This record gives sequence, structure tokens and C-alpha cells, in this order.
Amino acid sequence: MSRHVNIERRRQAIYGWLLLSPAAVLLSLFAFYPSAATFWSSLFSRGTRRNPSEFIGTENYADLFADPTFWLVTKNNLFYAGITIPVSIIIALAMALWANSKLPARGFLRTAYFTPTVLPMIAAANLWLFFYTPGLGVLDQIGALFGLPSVNWLGQPETALWAIIIVTIWKEAGFFMIFYLAALQTIPEDLKEAADIEGASRWTYTRRIVLPLLMPTTLFIMVNAMINSVKLIDHLFILTKGGPSDASKLILYYIWEMAFAFFDRPHAAAMTMLVLGVLCVVAAIQFFYLDRRTHYQ
Amino acid sequence: MTAAPYVRLKGIAKRWNGQLGVEDISLDIEEGAFVALLGPSGCGKSTTLRLLAGLELPDEGTIHIDGRDVTTSAASDRNLSMVFQSYALFPHLSVAENVVFGLKVRRVPRAERQEKMARALEITGLTGLEARKPAELSGGQRQRVALARAIIAGQRLCLMDEPLSNLDAKLRNAVRKDIKKLQRDLGITVVYVTHDQTEAMSMADKVVLMKEGRIQQIGSPDDLYNRPANTFVAEFIGAPPMALMPSAQVAGFDENLTLGLRAEHVRVVPRGQGRLSCTVSEAEFLGSETLIGLDCAEASGLSVLLPGLRVMPEGEHVDVTFDDENLHRFDPSGQRIG
Repeated sequence: MSRHVNIERRRQAIYGWLLLSPAAVLLSLFAFYPSAATFWSSLFSRGTRRNPSEFIGTENYADLFADPTFWLVTKNNLFYAGITIPVSIIIALAMALWANSKLPARGFLRTAYFTPTVLPMIAAANLWLFFYTPGLGVLDQIGALFGLPSVNWLGQPETALWAIIIVTIWKEAGFFMIFYLAALQTIPEDLKEAADIEGASRWTYTRRIVLPLLMPTTLFIMVNAMINSVKLIDHLFILTKGGPSDASKLILYYIWEMAFAFFDRPHAAAMTMLVLGVLCVVAAIQFFYLDRRTHYQ
Repeated sequence: MTAAPYVRLKGIAKRWNGQLGVEDISLDIEEGAFVALLGPSGCGKSTTLRLLAGLELPDEGTIHIDGRDVTTSAASDRNLSMVFQSYALFPHLSVAENVVFGLKVRRVPRAERQEKMARALEITGLTGLEARKPAELSGGQRQRVALARAIIAGQRLCLMDEPLSNLDAKLRNAVRKDIKKLQRDLGITVVYVTHDQTEAMSMADKVVLMKEGRIQQIGSPDDLYNRPANTFVAEFIGAPPMALMPSAQVAGFDENLTLGLRAEHVRVVPRGQGRLSCTVSEAEFLGSETLIGLDCAEASGLSVLLPGLRVMPEGEHVDVTFDDENLHRFDPSGQRIG
């Protein structure tokens, strides 16, 4: 091979690394290093004045598995994810299909659906606090019109988690709708016409043509919804603080409590590692399994 | 031929926000005919096709297909198939799935579906490509998939919306012949939209020339070329188009007429013997003949065809003549009078 080809190739390699380096530096500094450090600290005991921190291996993890609150929180979070992910995706899709059709007030409809996304979660939670408050809240006021008794939605273990779930769905669906709306607009109009001529009903067209073509978007949204189901806990601080009796406590909130309320960093670190591990596995399944069955244009 | 034509459009009009789409379209199509809707872009030919397909509903007029009034029927109830300009293939489905999509929707049994698909793929020369996705096909192959999808259900009426405009010139010629052969072999009625007059003239039994939402002339390619109904048709059909000149400039005619003359009827004669005196504006070598464009005080767009390579220098003076019997006469409003 002649010399100038070699030089050119090396130049390309250097160029590539230069383009890569900002992201690599930032990610290492703020994601990879903290993850490694967290893992490391999860292997040590909690240091007190009398007993300095020492290496204890997987003891922190064993403690967690023996902790009933950890299991309750895990169960809560699985339930929370199991409801919020599919429901917000289905609602987002339905809203997008509707907002994409030829309606007179289409712009208004889209804006209205998107509004919850623009609100900060804390503000949204305050808004919903106003809905849920027993006696004064909107829900109770409406209920009173029909002679229903006052319900403390956030204050009883049976309804607290549901109340949280509804806020999350309300917040997320509009955001996901925007992605669906963007994807729907890339589907050419004549596919619908071709399907019409072939005699496909609206439902058949949606199921056989639109949904498969939206799969890349669905996959993206699913990963996002899954991450959010672990990540999004702002509203817990306003609405329930995980109560009553841990009924609405989610895992990240428990981690925060462990680290900054009980000052038990090692156990918080261990729990963080478990969450990271589970998220990695699920994301891998979504990407490697669903990706293969997805059509990308 | 029976009295009722297979397809009948009567007084069709479609307007958008008061703007003209098409106006007063009346057209009869016999069964088994190949009809081309021809015209410059924006003339309403695609709109006419979409009205016929049921993708748009007309504001006025009626549409009959096979003796049935389908003016307000859904597209799927009109028993027709369509080939789109963009082909409109479903990108996530394989060739086979694309082709049988309509049969599946209509719940045709699996065995019959397979049999029909095998035949449609064979006819269109796609056998062996069943599992490919549209993105893995060439432009010509995609076009054939669209054709296969259109013929598989055995509909007797097939609509084609500029099906060749995305192909390169050589392929276009080949596919043109394939489509014509397909239409004849299957005995189907084809309504074909195009802006390319070569396509329309070479394929169609009947050409419908449109302009600004109105039909200008309906006739055989021979009619359109040799008996244009008005000056628009005269200037649209043919390459080069017919030259037009006011009759006052030519001795022996009433005033206020427009005379039309085709390049092949113009002869170059020695100086002083011609009826018109012109200068050469351009010369275009076409292979078997040379097209000489002429600048002339009396006529616009006059040209003459000379056999072989006969490049004349620009600005050279030539005298030309023609016979009265080859002249087309149009009245002041542009309508043909003989």
C-alpha cells in the first residue's frame, strides 16, 4: 500500500477519535466513573465513629434481600412500571392517531395534549395535589355532586400508588405522543390510498401498516418509559413521600431515603447497582430482541 | 360493441375552495381499452384518475363503472386496482406480502392466494424475489411489484398514475412495452395518466388531452396528431409541435384564421421560389434526420425536417414552401375548422 493511503487512514482515525472524545470524557466523568465508584462503595460497610468502614463483600446485598421494605418497594415499582409503560404508550398512540387526522382544531388539540409535558413534574404534582385533596379537591367536589363520600386518595394504602400512577401517565402520554406524531407524519399518504383501494378497513390499515411502521418509535418510547418508571419520582416528594406505610414508595425514592435520610450510603449504593443491573438487562432485551423484528426505513 | 361503455364519467366537476380542479369531464371508456389521460402538470389528469378511483368525491356529475353508479362508492367497492406514481409499496412487507395484501384483506383462502401470487410474480418477472423488502429492489423491480399487486386480484379496471416517471429513459421504454403487452394479454381496461406524450401516443387506443381542468380532445393518437381539435392540442402534440401562423400573412386565405403546419410538411426550396422566407435559428441532429428550427416573421415555431445530417449554419437564409392540403385551419377562438 502506498504511503499516502496510510497517512490518510491515520488522519481519519485521529479525526474520529477527536470527534468521539468530548462525549467520551463527559460520559466517563459523570457516568462510568460514578457507576464504578458506586459499585466499589457498595462492597464496604457503613463507617461509624467506632467502627470504621471495612470491606464486607456482598453483605450489603444480602441485607437488602433480607429487607422486607426492599421487596415491597420492588413490587411497587414493578407494578408501577407494568401499568404506566403500556397505558401511557397506548394513550399516546391513540392521541397521536387522533391528532394526526384531519381535524378542524388540530393545532389546539396537539398543544393541549403536549401541555403536561411542558410543566415541571413538581408543578404537575402540586396541580394533582389540588385534585386529590380530600374535601377540598376537585375529585371530591365532583364526587360530592353525586353524593359520593369523600375519599383520601393519597392517604390510604389501597389508592395511593394508583394516584401516583395516574399522574405519571398524564405527564408522559403527551410527551410520547409527540414522537408518535412525528413518526406518523413520515408515513406517506399514498400508502393509505393503496390500502383503501385494496379494500383494507381503517383498523386493518392501522394494524398491518401503521403499527409496524411505528415500531422503531415504539421501541424508543418503551426504553424511555422504562427508564422513567425508575427515574421519575419528583411527584412522590409532593404527593405521598412514599406513604402511607410505604404503599407508594418506589425504588429510587427508597434509595434517596436510604442515602440522605438514613445516611446509609453503602446500602443505597448496593440498591443502585441492582437497579442499574436490571435496567441494563431489560434494555438489552428490548434492543436485541425487538430490534431484530423492527423495520427501519 | 354494446351500447353502454364500461366506464362512463358524466359532467364531473371537482373544485377546491372555489379553485378549479376539473370541470365538466365527460368520458366514455370501452371495456378492454387503453386510455391515456395526457396533459401538462396541473391540468387535472391526476384528479380525474383519483375521482375515478374513489380517492376523491366529485362535486358534480356521475361515475358509472360496469353499468353501476359508483359516484359515491368507496374505493374498495369499485372493483379496480391502481398503480401509484410512488408505487406506494408497504416498506415493511416483503414482495410476496405486498402483492397478496389485498387478497389477504379480502380473506381469500391461503392456497388460492399462493397460486395467484405465483402467477402474478411470473407475469411480472419477479419470481425469486418474494422475500425481498422494497428497499432491496431496484426502481424497475419496485415498479413491477406495484404492477403485480395491481393485477393479482384480477380486477378488470386498472388505473395507473404516471407509473413510469420514476424510471430512467431506457427502462421506461422497456416497461412501456411490458405494460402494453400485459394489458392486451389480460384483456383489462387501463386508464393511464401521463404528462409524456410519447407514452400516451405509443400505448393508448384513446388519448384524452386535458388543459386547466377541461378536456381538450378525446381521440385516437392519429386523431390528435393529424386532426387536432384546437390550437392547444396542435401545439402540445408532436415533437416538434405544430407551427402556427396568422392567415393574413399567407396569400389566399381569409383573415382572422390561424393556420397550423407540421415540420414534415415543410420543404426547403431554392431562393425566390418559397412561400415564406426564413433564417435558421438552430439545427438539431436527431440521427436519421436533422431538425432545423426557423425564424420567420410570419409564423412562430416553424421548423423543417431534413434527412440525414444536414447542419445549417445559424442565420442562413432559406426559403420554404408547403401545400395547402397539409394546412390545419383554426378559427379565431382556436377551434379547428378543417
